[in-house]
Amino acid sequence: MTTVMELTCLSRGKGYYSPPCHVLRLGGFTLLVDCPLDLSSLSVFAPVPGGFGNGDRSAEGPVDATGLIRAEPWYKTVATLHLWDVSSIDVVLISSPMGMLGLPFLTRADGFSAKVYVTEAAAKLGLLAMNDLVLQHREFREFYSFDDSRFPRWMEWEELECLSPPLKETILGVEGIELGGWMPLYSAADAEDCVKKVQKLRYAEETCYNGTLMMKALSSGSEIGACNWTIEWIGRTVALVTGSIFSSGHALGFDCQALQSKDVLVYSESLSIDHVGSTEDDITHDSSPPRLDSLVDDASARSEEEERLNFICSCITRATEAGGSVLIPIGRLGIILQLLEQLSVCSEFTSSKVPMYIISPAAAETLAYTNVIPEWVCKQRQEKLFSGEPLFAHQELVKGGRLRAYPALYSPELLRNWQEPCIVFCPHWSLRLGPAVPLLRRWHSDPNSLLVTEEGVDAQIALAPFNIAEMKMKVLRYSFLSRIELKKITPLLEILQPKLAVLPEDLKEKVLFLNTSSTSISLAYYSLNETFRLPSSKDSSKIDISSDLVSQFQWKILKESNFSISRLKGNLVMRNGRPLILSRDELPPSDNNIPLMHFGTPDLPRLLARLTEMGIRGTIQGESECPRIVLIDYPEKAVIEVRKNSSCISAPSERLRCTIS
Amino acid sequence: MAIECLVLGAGQEVGKSCVVVTINGRRIMFDCGMHMGYLDRRRYPDFSRISPSGDFTAALDCIIITHFHLDHVGALPYFTEVCGYSGPIYMTYPTKALSPLMLEDYRRVMVERRGEEEQFTSEHIASCMKKVVPVDLKQTVQIGSDLFIRAYYAGHVLGAAMFHAKVGDAAIVYTGDYNMTPDRHLGAAQIDRLQLDLLITESTYATTVRDSRYTREREFLTAVHKCVEGGGKVLIPTFALGRAQELCMLLDDYWERMNLKVPVYFSAGLTIQANMYYKMLINWTSQKVKESYATRNPFDFKNVRNFDRSMINDPGPCVLFATPGMISGGFSLEVFKNWAPSESNLVTLPGYCVAGTVGHKLMSGKPTKIDLDKDTQIDVRCQIHQLSFSPHTDAKGIMDLVKFLSPKHVVLVHGEKPKMATLKGKIEAELGISCYYPANNEMVTLPSTHFIKASASDVFVRSSLCPNLQFLGKNTDDNPWQFKDDRVSQGVCVMKGNEEGRVIHQGELSSLLRQEAHDVKFAFCFPVQLSSENRWTGHPPGETPPCPSGTCSLVLSLLAGLSSSPVQEKIQVGEASLQVESVRASICAREQCPYRVGDSQRKPELVYVCCEWTSKDSELAWDVISRMKSVVLTLPCSDS
Ligand SMILES: [Zn+2]
Ligand SMILES: [Zn+2]
Ligand SMILES: [Zn+2]
Repeated sequence: MTTVMELTCLSRGKGYYSPPCHVLRLGGFTLLVDCPLDLSSLSVFAPVPGGFGNGDRSAEGPVDATGLIRAEPWYKTVATLHLWDVSSIDVVLISSPMGMLGLPFLTRADGFSAKVYVTEAAAKLGLLAMNDLVLQHREFREFYSFDDSRFPRWMEWEELECLSPPLKETILGVEGIELGGWMPLYSAADAEDCVKKVQKLRYAEETCYNGTLMMKALSSGSEIGACNWTIEWIGRTVALVTGSIFSSGHALGFDCQALQSKDVLVYSESLSIDHVGSTEDDITHDSSPPRLDSLVDDASARSEEEERLNFICSCITRATEAGGSVLIPIGRLGIILQLLEQLSVCSEFTSSKVPMYIISPAAAETLAYTNVIPEWVCKQRQEKLFSGEPLFAHQELVKGGRLRAYPALYSPELLRNWQEPCIVFCPHWSLRLGPAVPLLRRWHSDPNSLLVTEEGVDAQIALAPFNIAEMKMKVLRYSFLSRIELKKITPLLEILQPKLAVLPEDLKEKVLFLNTSSTSISLAYYSLNETFRLPSSKDSSKIDISSDLVSQFQWKILKESNFSISRLKGNLVMRNGRPLILSRDELPPSDNNIPLMHFGTPDLPRLLARLTEMGIRGTIQGESECPRIVLIDYPEKAVIEVRKNSSCISAPSERLRCTIS
Repeated sequence: MAIECLVLGAGQEVGKSCVVVTINGRRIMFDCGMHMGYLDRRRYPDFSRISPSGDFTAALDCIIITHFHLDHVGALPYFTEVCGYSGPIYMTYPTKALSPLMLEDYRRVMVERRGEEEQFTSEHIASCMKKVVPVDLKQTVQIGSDLFIRAYYAGHVLGAAMFHAKVGDAAIVYTGDYNMTPDRHLGAAQIDRLQLDLLITESTYATTVRDSRYTREREFLTAVHKCVEGGGKVLIPTFALGRAQELCMLLDDYWERMNLKVPVYFSAGLTIQANMYYKMLINWTSQKVKESYATRNPFDFKNVRNFDRSMINDPGPCVLFATPGMISGGFSLEVFKNWAPSESNLVTLPGYCVAGTVGHKLMSGKPTKIDLDKDTQIDVRCQIHQLSFSPHTDAKGIMDLVKFLSPKHVVLVHGEKPKMATLKGKIEAELGISCYYPANNEMVTLPSTHFIKASASDVFVRSSLCPNLQFLGKNTDDNPWQFKDDRVSQGVCVMKGNEEGRVIHQGELSSLLRQEAHDVKFAFCFPVQLSSENRWTGHPPGETPPCPSGTCSLVLSLLAGLSSSPVQEKIQVGEASLQVESVRASICAREQCPYRVGDSQRKPELVYVCCEWTSKDSELAWDVISRMKSVVLTLPCSDS
């Protein structure tokens, strides 16, 4: 057990779909925070093998269908994680459903024995997302039957050299070291097995690892089940803030209170695309101390989000009114739920007869699940429970036949009910897997139809295989909040008041305290793949001692220094991450086996005076030289030799010796 | 530091549960129930004992409600809306969702049937429930600076929880009602092994030990089946929630299996609406029910329909669930008046009925007539089936829980006095835990755990946390290696003035005190006889001595003299000295030795031995010295 703490950032992440990945070492334990997949990298694969172009590959020019890799997709994990010995990981903390998509690779590895903690809701949604991925991947394989017996050719260097620079960078990473992160997908059994191995936590449930680390998951607001963590060991506290949203339209909001006044706050989200817009905005804010409620209950941010959703809804209804269909390949549960919510109150939509299909293997179960998890939905939705209404309106849409969930595009039931125009929600937003691929090909030349995608997905690469020249479909690209806005990071820190805040390097100079009251927060920055050693705190560990034991203490008062000291001996137990010393009933309170210790140089005249009190006579010999000697002549002859750090007592009888010492 | 436990309700009775516990100065009200057996002021706990001034918000840190039964939540709207408490209130999500249904049902029965003036209005219920903060199971909630509460699954009814409350180092658990065995829709109570000063537990079935639930369920189903087969009507009086859903699941399942077509009805108070809540709260049911929902929500009852008052005297068999349970009034009493006179009908009764209700009268003996009031008398000819499976734990379950938690003290509430006395005796005799069962308005005061806070140095923490594994030898086959990890911490506790204590490793003491360690050594130089043949003459003549002064031979000779010492095997032999532990003996070559006390004249027949040691080895040193003193040293004959 040590009080040293180290942080290594293995991946800076790419927003909601692939959260960052960190390793934290504290208390002698190794904690992995999140184990994501980089699903945006799927775009390097062609959705359809062959079919487009003429096989003429060119590394120059814009990426088009011909530049993509025609092979069974592999999946990109955090490459540097493979450099870690899996058996050295003690604890894995998962902070969102997306943060566990790469976990089956880890849990199936030989030697993996870490304890994985994840909220019950994130585990459920995570498993559904994994199954979704596995089944869509299987569908892809079944359609195009690849020969999987050999090492994929695209991974050979000659092949990689032929790729266009953006694709190459996606595959190898900026520094060219990420090829090792690519893996063939795990199986459904791996996913099932992975979720069986995790320990599922209720909301803000305290859990204890090895009697030493106390951990607690608190809502981060970014998704149902997504959380920030607090970790406590021997009285030291750490807050781990992951991608958070203060006020969410569907999930329980950011839990601020429990993150306050920690020794260390680790902020894991780097600057990225959704921050860019706000960079110029205003980082400066007025110097009055920020208030929690104004930060969390940000009406302007919420109305912005609402406006955005309203606008998308109006675009959707306009498209369907014109006879076009709408394709919404979005994987974010929150966006789907809020769009459905918005559509269910939109009169243009409710008065029309346009059906909505939600097509994915996990769709039906995911929708059903969102209505039985009141503990993890936002306060407005919780009120629905208390008034006896369904948490989300989609239950009514399903009942009314407006919304239907199907496992796959080719399920016979869907084929029977299929109507156009329609609105289709489906994965996968990279436009490589699932129903999005055939539907996009079907509708892409219809000028009335609409594609709604998220900002941040490189549209050019995503749409590359779909014959952009003939693309007439409207494209609506929107960015949705998935993390704390840049301008709010500083006020957040001011509210949370950690002693030390550790931030990603790219936030340097972006966090500026203007309030003098906040200058007590020290800031430190970490960079990718470099182990950052946190300055060790000057405070010492906290410890509890049972009152039984304290009552057995034999205090000695040291006059010179106003100190009282006592020996302490007991059984140490870890209780809730805090050491507690209990008395040992089987041991006598004072134990002769421990050598006594003496401190300071005896003051000779005082020693002599003390001895005289006891009936011992003696004289001091030698005034200033060392050693100084006390000659004792009554009751027996004895010598006391005093040096700076040691004294030597010489006396013929044991009794006298004892008295002097 | 103390814990005070003031029982305002459910002391030596069942009804109006309300216990106010003060832990190290923090005050929590557990449950705020009403007594169904009284109509006067005795129906509510005597709140004036909490605060004579009536400022309840200042007097309490929070209220915790364990579950939605009226004997636990019934007085809450009265307390918040009429008495004016406005502090925080905590309950689980299901309890917050379902309590208003129970309260509203009760209010309606009181006003419509009894024509009584209402104690609280629908608006009261609504505004009271707005103040409630819902909590999840195991969620740790911090209230103020040092009060922490946490809910644990209690079984009993949907959302029922036991609550753990902790202030500083003192901790208690208040169980509310709980069930230690799973039932049709709920799991068994579950709690961590906590360190507790006090456990406050219900004791409804303080002396009953029940057998298998399965046979009891079968008896119920058989009785119902027989009745409807004979064309009779079955009245199942229940409260709107809990038992109704449990029995309904049981019947729905049985109807399905037996392919029965007899209608099953829910009366108006028991709306299908209630099932809606159950569907949303399915995560709070048992694991088995939870797992089945992916395909079909088990609270979507297939065979259940709504009942209308006009159908009371319709011909033909049926099963009817009607509120309230215990037949204390309302629709269940109305139906009872109509159906009781016929032998072919059946009325089921819950396992427990409060005194004063029709249910209670039916349970006590086999009455043929029941006087409702001066003018109304009911002929009772129908069959009575008492449900013997109950959502409460039995005596064995209570004992198991007490044993599992091993608190320092137990307080029994929610039971009958004589049975509580028996259980108290059992807990004290079998578990050695002191136990109390105060009556209403009595207070029990107990000491609370208090740990002394100290800071610890890194060196100390590291030294105490390194495992001290002791190998205990090979044992059985399934556990071949046995180890004991007995971590003993040794250190020094330092206090400066009145500051917080600091625990450090012994080695750090000197730097902390800004004083160097001062070693106290003991030394003694004493003469030993040399044998006459080998008088000390300096170097043996003519030979190169094996070592300067021939001391090595003298040392070996000394060693021989210690051969009978118990520490002989531990003696280390140096060139001119012997050492055992800290005791070091060497041949003293000095003319004037400061440690030679008394006559220091050198004599040829004497060799001086200098001994040094530290205080811990005093005894050993004296033993060695006395042995050496009696030795006669010899030098091996040199070649001369
Ligand atoms: Zn109850
Ligand atoms: Zn009760
Ligand atoms: Zn000497």
